[in-house]
Amino acid sequence: MNFSVVTSQFWQLLLNGLAVGLIYVLISLGYTMVYGVLRLINFANSEIFMIGTFGTVVVTQQVLHYTSGHEALHGLHLVLVLLLILVVSMIFSAVTALFVELVAYRRLRAKGTNRLASLISAIGTSIVLSEGIRIVTKSAPVPTPRLLTKFNIATFHGVALRVDTVMVIVGALVLYVAVDRFVSKTLLGKAIRAVSMSEDTSKLMGINLNRVISATFLIGGLVTGAAAFFYMQVYETTVFNVGFNLGLAAFTAAVLGGIGNIRGAFYGGLTLGLFEEFASAVIGGQWKSVTVFTVLVLVLLLRPNGLFGEAITQSRV
Amino acid sequence: MRLEVKDLRVQYGKIEAIKGISFVVEEGEIVTLIGANGAGKTTTLKTISGLRPVASGQIIYNGEDISKMPAHERVNLGISQAPEGRGIFPGMTVLENLEIGKYSRKDRKNEMQEDLEKIYSLFPRLKERSSQAGGTLSGGEQQMLAIGRAMMARPKVLLLDEPSMGLAPMMIQNIFNIITEINTVLGTTILLVEQNAQQALQRANRAYILETGHIVKGAKASDLLNDPAVREAYLGTGAHS
Repeated sequence: MNFSVVTSQFWQLLLNGLAVGLIYVLISLGYTMVYGVLRLINFANSEIFMIGTFGTVVVTQQVLHYTSGHEALHGLHLVLVLLLILVVSMIFSAVTALFVELVAYRRLRAKGTNRLASLISAIGTSIVLSEGIRIVTKSAPVPTPRLLTKFNIATFHGVALRVDTVMVIVGALVLYVAVDRFVSKTLLGKAIRAVSMSEDTSKLMGINLNRVISATFLIGGLVTGAAAFFYMQVYETTVFNVGFNLGLAAFTAAVLGGIGNIRGAFYGGLTLGLFEEFASAVIGGQWKSVTVFTVLVLVLLLRPNGLFGEAITQSRV
Repeated sequence: MRLEVKDLRVQYGKIEAIKGISFVVEEGEIVTLIGANGAGKTTTLKTISGLRPVASGQIIYNGEDISKMPAHERVNLGISQAPEGRGIFPGMTVLENLEIGKYSRKDRKNEMQEDLEKIYSLFPRLKERSSQAGGTLSGGEQQMLAIGRAMMARPKVLLLDEPSMGLAPMMIQNIFNIITEINTVLGTTILLVEQNAQQALQRANRAYILETGHIVKGAKASDLLNDPAVREAYLGTGAHS
């Protein structure tokens, strides 16, 4: 136990916790939005994330032909390349999300099977995806070349504002706000909220349920893919089961905030990221996963609707 | 507009809830289905709007059999329903509830303001509450919102499921006045399901009586209103009164 780090490194831990937390926020949006419309956890979301990380690798190495040891890029060139990689990663994840919806959910829904059946088919799809990538990569971790020199933009209160940390925080915040605005302001967003409140009444409004559910998977996939991109810029390596821990943490964040609730995903992700960062500093990084699941168990025991789940019916997606 | 239900059967699992009913709703009419709890009134409406599958029989709308059509496409054809229990989206504001009622309209941008004005003039209360969450409205206001929302789709036929349920007598009068106004002023055809047979028969042109999945009687509403047997069974006042 080392409590003095909390005070001595407070600002640094806060900054890192925010970055980790915001990656969780983006992934948990995928869980929470799908849960909102289907009332089911999409257990394949972790693989949607994993495919996004490989999207980053594929576009960086195979398409742009940057290999490891490539010299760092600068200026506008760097920005454009990173944006391109971001967009491609988002598309990889979004296509995977649509695939999962089609294979694991839509067919069973059309047949009117027990809802739990599609929970199992989602887990099945998830296993197929990760094992497929395991075969292709021969279980080996896959690095992505560093294109962004990790310099410090500034030092503030003894805190290094590293460029990748700042990029994650700003980028994730922008995306979160965009999703939140989209869902509250646009007609499609309102349809998503309507479906999350009542399927039958939504149909009476002329809403095509399949289309809205696909759109929800699509948006969830896009933000999860963005999370994958940010993750790769920070950690620079992926592996076939990278989604497992990240997915569980993001799922925990969604439950923590009150699942089905977009603001909940935000607060849940941030809370978990910060908690994890500070707890690791105090009791050691090897306990990271333990702290995450301790939080999950405690929340499920004490606040099954989530910390912010009080008005869940009011603020459903 | 012509809506015809032909030998319709609907099942819940193995139990048959609607056992072969036929009736017609003609352009410009108010037609009511009355009957006791569990007679199959709500099931009939849900089947017409596509929320329940047809076991056998036909639903013919303007000459086309729509009995297999998905619910959301029926809205595009001009069939709108204010569902049982009102179905207000609780976390959306009154305005958002009305806006989503326009989802099926291709020209929604141009129609929106005009139709909001129209609904607000029918239900001035909704205008006052437009920024309030739907879930915080009173029962009567929610019913207004359910009807207003259904009208946003510019329906040719409006299906109303027990609009008087759970409302105070004053509010019931108010709601039925507006239903009549929608029919006479806006020219919308109405299929009304009601337990409040007195009000329904006073407002409707024609009526059908539903008993445990069968239509046992169909006639002009005014005739049923004066029918001693109907008065006995559904209006709580015997033939002698």
